[in-house]
Amino acid sequence: MITNKGGKSSKKLARPGRSTGAGPVDFGPGLGYTKGPMKRLASNLRELYKHRLLIRTLVSRELKARYRGTVLGFLWSFINPLLLMIVYTVVFGLILRSRGDEAIGATTGLYALYLFCGVLPWTWFSSSALESANVLMINGNLIKKILFPAEVLPVVTVTSNLLHFLFGLPILLLFVPVMGKSFTPYALFLPVVILVQYLFSLGFSLLISALTVHFRDIKDVLSNLMTFWFFTTPIIYSLKMKALEGVPAVKTLLALNPMTHIIEGYHSCLFYGELIHWKKLGVTLLASLLLFWVGYSVFDRLRDSFPEEV
Amino acid sequence: MFAIELDRVSRVYQKYSAQHRFQTFKSAIVKGDFFRSLKPEELVTAVDGVSLQVEKGTTFGVIGSNGSGKSTLLKLIAGIAKPTSGTVKVEGKISALIELGAGFHPEISGRENVYINGIMLGLSKKEVQRKFDEIVRFAELEEFIDAPVKTYSSGMYMRLGFSIAINVNPEILLVDEVLAVGDAAFVPKCLDRIDDFRRRAKTILFVSHDLATVAKVCDRVAWMKGGRIQMIGDPKRVVDAYLQDVAAAQEEDFKARKKAAGAATEKTAGAEERAAEAGTAEAEAGGREKRWGKREVEIRTVTLRDLRGEEKHVFHPEEGMAVEMDVVAREPLKDFVFGVGIFNSLGTLCYGTNTHLEDFEPVAIGGEGKVVCRVERLNLVNGTYYLDVAVHRRDGYPYDYHHNLYSFLVSSTLRDEGVARLPHTWEFSPSVRLKPPEK
Repeated sequence: MITNKGGKSSKKLARPGRSTGAGPVDFGPGLGYTKGPMKRLASNLRELYKHRLLIRTLVSRELKARYRGTVLGFLWSFINPLLLMIVYTVVFGLILRSRGDEAIGATTGLYALYLFCGVLPWTWFSSSALESANVLMINGNLIKKILFPAEVLPVVTVTSNLLHFLFGLPILLLFVPVMGKSFTPYALFLPVVILVQYLFSLGFSLLISALTVHFRDIKDVLSNLMTFWFFTTPIIYSLKMKALEGVPAVKTLLALNPMTHIIEGYHSCLFYGELIHWKKLGVTLLASLLLFWVGYSVFDRLRDSFPEEV
Repeated sequence: MFAIELDRVSRVYQKYSAQHRFQTFKSAIVKGDFFRSLKPEELVTAVDGVSLQVEKGTTFGVIGSNGSGKSTLLKLIAGIAKPTSGTVKVEGKISALIELGAGFHPEISGRENVYINGIMLGLSKKEVQRKFDEIVRFAELEEFIDAPVKTYSSGMYMRLGFSIAINVNPEILLVDEVLAVGDAAFVPKCLDRIDDFRRRAKTILFVSHDLATVAKVCDRVAWMKGGRIQMIGDPKRVVDAYLQDVAAAQEEDFKARKKAAGAATEKTAGAEERAAEAGTAEAEAGGREKRWGKREVEIRTVTLRDLRGEEKHVFHPEEGMAVEMDVVAREPLKDFVFGVGIFNSLGTLCYGTNTHLEDFEPVAIGGEGKVVCRVERLNLVNGTYYLDVAVHRRDGYPYDYHHNLYSFLVSSTLRDEGVARLPHTWEFSPSVRLKPPEK
């Protein structure tokens, strides 16, 4: 038996001074919590797990639809990051000549590898965030017209971008030996870094997608924020560069950015060939979990308003 | 046993303005009271304290004018919208035909869309596989199933959507006017499938503007008005009550419009008078083609009444109508003809006659008087009709000609077509057996 209950009414009765029924209705979303927030998250996660087939189908639809009609098809998943890397390499490696520092590779070739190491996961994160800002509106039909678990949409966005990232990964792995670096066993920690980033992206996307429904401005704020965020993450430069030695304030600031540690994780695994920084990545994991919880809670609170707002 | 049970269910929608949004955003940032400030500034009650029960295995109809809350009610039952207060209990798997093909992705093939849509509606991959052929066959899309959905016509799109939704094999089917867009061949097929559902004792909730179908297929009908249930019960009775209400509303509307038009003609009538006195009929014709003549005999007012004498503008096809003209002759005349013509909305003359054609010999007219043309039975099909009334000389010289100045409506559940509803009966030999209509 399914019961679609006016969740807020029971709770509202218990609140003195709050009218019910025909009077003005308080729409402060989520006033009707009867379960604890953790229990609620757990039941939501179970729901999400139940919808895994739907998520899988939608992800594969996303992937199929994206390059449908293009001549190169799936190859674009490889070509896009490759071209991006070439642009960055030309600009920062050849024109600005920022190489020469051991930390980011002494030759242009090594610098290109360093860049690729950061740009590839960054693309995953930023496209996930930008796409999820729109995803509920684009799929408004589903939310409005059929019984559809809305949180599936941002999850699908992040997951399909993860797959794009994974398609680009072999190119990155190929470039490591080509550029004269060798793999170390520490490269095996790569899945850990990917997992942390997945959680972080999920939390961020859930939060952004839910808020954008009510505040469309976020979409524009976000695209600017992503540019800023890109430059405050060690992608085109390194925390190990000598230029940063003298300014501890900047270093602290960069350390507060969770993406810093995630991208550093990729660098450790693939570029430097050293052990990932367990403590920093551990804290980032906790931060990601926190963000995921916050993101999901906000999403859950605003959920009932989606059908009429998207 | 009830399949659907609603207990004092209300749904209130909020309206946010752009200004309010901005303030919300600002205060959300400044004060941090994010959720509190998401309060709306205006509330719209779409569904207001509705209680109803739908028994298992019955077909339940919901009728009502646009904006009466029918679709919101359906969404509440489907679980797409949450009630603001009250409870909705549903027992059994639901499939909602609210918007067909809601989840179709235009770029990918119909085949893949069938899978995705099926899974969205709660089927497993295996179930979709098993039903795939049946879905495609019912949608008549065997040839096109591998083409991207964006190449489909809207009819193909709808057919595929309907076919998937109906093959989900629900215990409860919610239908929301989706059949209104189907082509002539597909709609009967859909109705057939819905009939099949009825026979298998599944529960159907049917929202429609097609009152004839509602009255035919439903076991019970609810009529919604302004978010409330106005009446619930026997389909014929509810549909009749609804039709009466609609006719009354149309009547009101007609009166209001007539009042507004009357105020406008009042002004121009003064101008006409002067124009007529100056003897410049041409000047008048430039202003409006709807009325002409020098008004040696004038038709002052035209009133439409039913045969009991009530003023009326919405008629049943089987009803009679009286066209009443108040006339005044400025000078005594011996040559005059009164005529009436009825046009439909396409401009076709449905019927026209005058006293001369019917061999009335004019003798004399002078001063004020009344002319009534009584139509015993209208025998017209549903639609809007326009009326011509005129008084002229036998050679056609017009005294006062009113062209399409008056209108009335014919409205019923009958769906016959054409210009006129010819009086007729049906007869069948014993080997041809039909169940007569219940009315």
